[in-house]
Amino acid sequence: MEAIEIRGLTKSYKTRLAVDDLNLTVHDGEFFALLGQNGAGKTTTIKMLCCLAVPTSGDALLYGDSIRDNENAVKQKCNVSPQETAVAAKLNVRENLELMGQIYGLSKHDAKRRATELMTDLSLLDRQKDKAKSLSGGMQRRLSIALALISDPKILFLDEPTVGLDVRARRELWNCIRALKGRVTVVLTTHYMEEAEALCDRIAIMHEGKLRAVGTLDELKEQTGLNSLEDIFLNLTDAEVEL
Amino acid sequence: MRMLAFASRNRKELTRDPLTLLFGVGFPVVLLILMTIINNSVSAATGVADTTPQFQMDNLMPGMMVFGLSFLSLFGGMLIAGDRDNSFLMRLFSSPLSAWDYIAGYALPIFLVALAQSIICIGVGVALGATLSWRLLLALVAVLPAAFLYVGFGLLLGSVFSYRQVGGVSSILINLAAWMSGTWFQLELIGGGFKAVCNILPFANAVDLVRKAFSGSGDVLANLLITLAWASVIFVLATVVFKKKMKQ
Repeated sequence: MEAIEIRGLTKSYKTRLAVDDLNLTVHDGEFFALLGQNGAGKTTTIKMLCCLAVPTSGDALLYGDSIRDNENAVKQKCNVSPQETAVAAKLNVRENLELMGQIYGLSKHDAKRRATELMTDLSLLDRQKDKAKSLSGGMQRRLSIALALISDPKILFLDEPTVGLDVRARRELWNCIRALKGRVTVVLTTHYMEEAEALCDRIAIMHEGKLRAVGTLDELKEQTGLNSLEDIFLNLTDAEVEL
Repeated sequence: MRMLAFASRNRKELTRDPLTLLFGVGFPVVLLILMTIINNSVSAATGVADTTPQFQMDNLMPGMMVFGLSFLSLFGGMLIAGDRDNSFLMRLFSSPLSAWDYIAGYALPIFLVALAQSIICIGVGVALGATLSWRLLLALVAVLPAAFLYVGFGLLLGSVFSYRQVGGVSSILINLAAWMSGTWFQLELIGGGFKAVCNILPFANAVDLVRKAFSGSGDVLANLLITLAWASVIFVLATVVFKKKMKQ
């Protein structure tokens, strides 16, 4: 079964069309990038897929469950690490994780065990007693991803996971994300070309709410006749280009 | 279970904030002590025992129990607005928590802080000369509608305003609660339209309710109904606005 099947997904606000008739499939276990500049519609797409925003029209199936008709089932299958770190500032690392575990229905004991597993996986164990607000930006991002993984989701949405991080913190976070390969389907939004190239199996390029192209890097090169993702991106998102 | 986990988190966020302890607990206690000292000094200077009857501890303590609660609207509002601003609520909205879980999860710990604050006010009030009687328990029960009211205000402010805005708007509310409650001066001193408006609003009614419950004098029914009506309206409004924000 496909992880995500998006069918004609559209979101319009009063004066703006944020996502325009998006059709897309994400395969099971795939690392998938939604690449686009600010305002391209990436975050809105993720919000609709997580049931945080209601589509104006169209639908999407997450492992067979409709975001329109089966919100609760979808929420159990996916989790999101938002663009902002979105952690409980005055709770320590462990408390943050245990809280989120219990919110997703784990018992206190299971939440504790799962929190320890994730802190080990994401190298947060030695900071478990530190309040979230005292962590560096990179550490907070790692905690944010750990919070999203606590429910053991089948699909993990990472919204601009490395924005604002320095080069070292970004590389460290990439390693954490790579380590998820084989455990979860990942959809990440980014406007960093190298991030999409380094982490993802396939890349979708969005511009002004529309899907401009989708495929592996080699497929995109073949489609456009260009040699670098940056050139491909600039070519496809040029205001004059209409596909 | 989910709601209680969320409520536990909110309790920790509230009680780990020094602002909550300073204004929520410390400020009413300081005011009780300060007003007692001022009242005693004025009485000593004038030779008249009851120059300012509203500052007699049996009147001041119930007033302070209610006035102190107004700060909870600030703390509750800041907690919710902060969660909205840093996307923590967006993370939670993608979880299976229901609207009821959110409302109860925010309201319950604020309510518990309100109770703790009232108990501390009673303790300090008694230490400073308030009459020690079983009616203190009645006063504690009578403060619950006011606690309900200010928890509702907190939910509403946090749902409508941003973190930065909540502080300013709450200070307006706290000032209204101070000037229109009859805690700091007798409303009869101004009288007229001002007093008529105060009698319609919940602030003075909430104070009168606790004062009457404590003293055992006067009919509390009108005060109780007006305070409860306002508390219910504010709470329902907060719930509607919060649910609307969830959908956005």
